[in-house]
Amino acid sequence: MKLSDVVSILNAEVICGQTRLEREVHAVFASDLMSDVLTIDSEKLLLVTGLVNIQTIRTSEMSDIKNIVLVRNKKASPEMIELAEENRMVIIQCSYSMFRACGLLFRHGVEPVY
Amino acid sequence: MRFEYNIEAGNFSKAGDASSSFKKILKQLNVDPQIIKRIVVSLYEGEVNIVAHANGGKAICEVDTNLVRIHLVDVGPGIPDINKAMQAGYSTASARVREMGFGAGMGLQNIKNNADILNIQSEVGVGTELEIIVNLPKAG
Repeated sequence: MKLSDVVSILNAEVICGQTRLEREVHAVFASDLMSDVLTIDSEKLLLVTGLVNIQTIRTSEMSDIKNIVLVRNKKASPEMIELAEENRMVIIQCSYSMFRACGLLFRHGVEPVY
Repeated sequence: MRFEYNIEAGNFSKAGDASSSFKKILKQLNVDPQIIKRIVVSLYEGEVNIVAHANGGKAICEVDTNLVRIHLVDVGPGIPDINKAMQAGYSTASARVREMGFGAGMGLQNIKNNADILNIQSEVGVGTELEIIVNLPKAG
């Protein structure tokens, strides 16, 4: 699935990486626990999280995760957006809960990691 | 090659700066991306531990032809029971650390899983030293 489809399915807003929405994602991992995210070894991954601070981006950088969905109307800070841009990431914000966002993405064929 | 980074206690906005800098160096050295990930995840977990638990410290990263060796040295409370600290789920992290997405007692175990060798030495009231070694595959 393309990130542009993710934006459409989640009725979401792109706040970083508008020009990178042709990128494909194959799997989703959803967590607010960054140590959990650091254990994931999967390519073309979409991270769905409600944790919004600079460590969300740092953790993604270390884990080679380029695509992030922030749920529950959480807003990325300018510092987060700057670091995400530096790492050529895409950040998408949506108002849905993590459960709803994951459910919709699963229904549209995105795979779980495990 | 040797690179040294200072790690500030309690400064979560800078936690990860050392790992990010060292990752860029490893990329420039054309290290395999899967190996880079193992190295920087280990370094980052260690860096977050120093920010979260110690009174400051440093990361000394050495790149050799066949391995990367990282020393994480902190001044701090030390670990009274290393075996217990290695158990998944055991944590002494504060609420603030948990708010940052860490403190679930997975850090040391995650380092061990990514490293080829992990050595931990700690003295209560003095500090902790981690030696992390990740082997590099032979070129060609």
